[in-house]
Amino acid sequence: MNSRIANVAFNTFREAVRDRVLYNLIAFALLLSAAAILVGQISIDIERLVVVNLGLTAVTLFGVVIAIFIGIGLVSKEIEKRTLYTVLSRPVRRWEFVVGKFLGLTGTLLVNTFFMAIGVFLALLYVSRHFERGDFSITAALYFIILQFLIVCSLALLFSSFSSPLLSAVFTFALFVIGSLAEDLRGFAAAAKGITAMLAGTVAYLVPNFSAMNVVNQVAHGEPVSGQLILCNTVYALLYSAMAISGAVLIFQRRNLK
Amino acid sequence: MPAIETINLAKTYAVGFWRKKPRTALLPLNLQIEEGEIFGFLGPNGAGKTTTLKLLTGIVFPSSGTARILGNEVDDPGVKAQIGFLPEQPYFYDYLTAKELLEYYGQLSGVPAKDLSSRVNEMLSRVGLSDAARTQLRKFSKGMLQRVGLAQAILHDPKVVFLDEPMSGLDPIGRREVRELIQQLKQEGKTVFFSTHILSDAEALCDRVAVIHKGELRGVGAVAELTAQVHGKVEITFNASAAPAALRQLGADMHINGNIVSAVLPEENQEAALEVLKRERLRLTSLTPVRSSLEEYYVQNLQPAEKSMGVGA
Amino acid sequence: MNSRRVNVVATAVLLLSLAGTVMTLRTLDGMRRGATLREVLYFRSPKMLRRMSLGYSGLVADLYWTRAVQYFGSHHIAQASDFHLLSPLLEMTTDLDPKMTVAYQFGSNFLAPAPPNGAGEPEKAVALVEHGIQHNPDNWKLYYALGFIYYMDLKDYKKAAETFERGAAVPKAHPFLRLLAAQMAQHAGEYGMSRMLWTATYETTTQEQIRRNAIDHLLALRVDEDVTQLERIVGSYRERTGQLPSSINDLVRAGLIGGMPVDPTGQPYKLTPDGRIELRNPDAILYITKGLPPGHRSPQPKPEPTPPSGK
Repeated sequence: MNSRIANVAFNTFREAVRDRVLYNLIAFALLLSAAAILVGQISIDIERLVVVNLGLTAVTLFGVVIAIFIGIGLVSKEIEKRTLYTVLSRPVRRWEFVVGKFLGLTGTLLVNTFFMAIGVFLALLYVSRHFERGDFSITAALYFIILQFLIVCSLALLFSSFSSPLLSAVFTFALFVIGSLAEDLRGFAAAAKGITAMLAGTVAYLVPNFSAMNVVNQVAHGEPVSGQLILCNTVYALLYSAMAISGAVLIFQRRNLK
Repeated sequence: MPAIETINLAKTYAVGFWRKKPRTALLPLNLQIEEGEIFGFLGPNGAGKTTTLKLLTGIVFPSSGTARILGNEVDDPGVKAQIGFLPEQPYFYDYLTAKELLEYYGQLSGVPAKDLSSRVNEMLSRVGLSDAARTQLRKFSKGMLQRVGLAQAILHDPKVVFLDEPMSGLDPIGRREVRELIQQLKQEGKTVFFSTHILSDAEALCDRVAVIHKGELRGVGAVAELTAQVHGKVEITFNASAAPAALRQLGADMHINGNIVSAVLPEENQEAALEVLKRERLRLTSLTPVRSSLEEYYVQNLQPAEKSMGVGA
Repeated sequence: MNSRRVNVVATAVLLLSLAGTVMTLRTLDGMRRGATLREVLYFRSPKMLRRMSLGYSGLVADLYWTRAVQYFGSHHIAQASDFHLLSPLLEMTTDLDPKMTVAYQFGSNFLAPAPPNGAGEPEKAVALVEHGIQHNPDNWKLYYALGFIYYMDLKDYKKAAETFERGAAVPKAHPFLRLLAAQMAQHAGEYGMSRMLWTATYETTTQEQIRRNAIDHLLALRVDEDVTQLERIVGSYRERTGQLPSSINDLVRAGLIGGMPVDPTGQPYKLTPDGRIELRNPDAILYITKGLPPGHRSPQPKPEPTPPSGK
């Protein structure tokens, strides 16, 4: 069983890596890091700030786009184009397929983030000529970004298991945007009354809590990230992904493929 | 124990946004296919062939009834290791090479790692793709993709092989190679179940065929049995300069070549035709039964009763 | 593993992780209370935020506005003493959307007064509204909001009059601006003036908290006026009869008042032995300056609850 999941995961990774779209996106993101340097030159004294802010935001946004494109492309496309027929007629369990895809996808994003992060650190080095103590927390911010990717991938898979590629992409992206404002949404729900409060509350708790994983600003100002927060976010990301993936498995178990 | 068995296997799709319009893809189907048979599944497009194949390979779940392969239900994971499937117009992972694709599938099918590489090479040469082993699939032609599809279907030495339109996209040489491959599979003791709408292939290869139309089974049996049900024809040749009108009345198609007339007419009118010749004092040169083809069976079966059988071409 | 078992396991995982995420969220929210609000302190340059909004500055402004309202509301209920984030939040909102009138009105009402009713930063309030006037010179409501700060919190009646005058000159300005400007010289500091202003505040906005605040002040004015008048009547009684009344009923019997007077909460006023009028429940009504027992201290603002360390 384990080797099948690993096979699916590795194949997903291989397919993603060879897909040229990935390279274009990474190149673009690296370009943006370079641009951050330029922008920093315009605003004196805050080059560091700009590089970190812009760089990390680029890593996040591009990563989400890549996760959506590739995640949905790989899964929905497989379902639509019948590549899946030859896989499912083999002794691979459907749940093994879903989990394998998820692992392959997150693996791809991990590697991808690694390269983009190098770009950001290089840009930072160029601009400040040395690393400050506060820069270490940038790693924490990157770790949180990876946690966000974990959740986005799981959502992409969840939607792909029952929806068309376009709709899956739209839903996943929408959840990313809303999730980035999750804390505000919960604040709003707490202050509201009646049905609005109930609806807002339900949505606010179901939506992925990306806003707590966004410490870009903090980190740009060299402030540390608390260990407690790291722990809680990790637990949350793992639980949320588990939730989405088990949903995907359940849906996929009974799905009739056209 | 039959290799493939369906018991009232049926599938209805709920179509439409509110799922109000059910579409029956397959009416309850009862089939038994023995081990070592080459079984053809015939029918026009949309008849339910692909649906049946998907039901038999576990890609789609039946609305009612069961399917069993080698005695076990299709759901059983052990069963999947024993089957191979070539879908219609397959599409594969673009960025893998043929070798990588087969190795991936081999791993998924549980081919032991030490045998994998040699088995893959063997398959590639069997389907004639050894040269293209390291080419990425996105560069493959339709025919080449079809061959890869065949390779992945038999790679893990399954006992039952399902092929959906295996000849599509192939040139005549390719088609012959596939036919030979299917016959080899039978010699290896495998059961082959394939769907096609090319009747000549079915006639040449199959031990038995089934004809399906609009989700309903219209006939099952050996090709010879089925064609025997169709009213046959005979060909009579004789010397004459003109075609006797009386023969035409018997429903004969006539050809005149010099002073040799060839008349093809329904079998049951054979005696009457000979009478005509005797009356006209025409000399009979030959009398040959024309083997009725599967096509006629097909065509006849697929028109509902309004078309009259027998007299009339 | 057959199909049914997979379904059972997957469902169990789904439900357990759902419960887990909700619990983790509660913990996270507790840890990060106010974190999104404190984000505002990172944007020392509003231009930067505007650029990062990528053209959606209106939307981001709405976000900050919502945060400002929630921030103030939650601190106000908790009777906090520290509202230091209110000013940056409102400044951020109005930088991103200079036309958001309600934000300026909010600042005018709640930046200036002292805690726990406001942030206690009247100069910042003035700066905020002036910024608004700069971007919306024809919006008479903003001149009203500015004049209000000068009158209520800075007690600078001259400046207040000037501002109302400026506002009255704006096309389509509400006529009461001219009225306020004119009356300022003679009646500044009087109950009538304050009442006019609070009524005007109530009527120029639909924002819930501002309106409630205005009503509270109007009720307080009522009380103050009632107490003043009642004490004057007690004085007349004493002049007439040479002694203090023993209860309010004496005043009614003497024909000095028509019936039993009640405060806005419906409670009858109390007459103390030394001739003063007091409320039965002095804490029920906010902002009153009369009718309080001697030495009565209004509930004090509490310090802001500090969040656990770790933003």
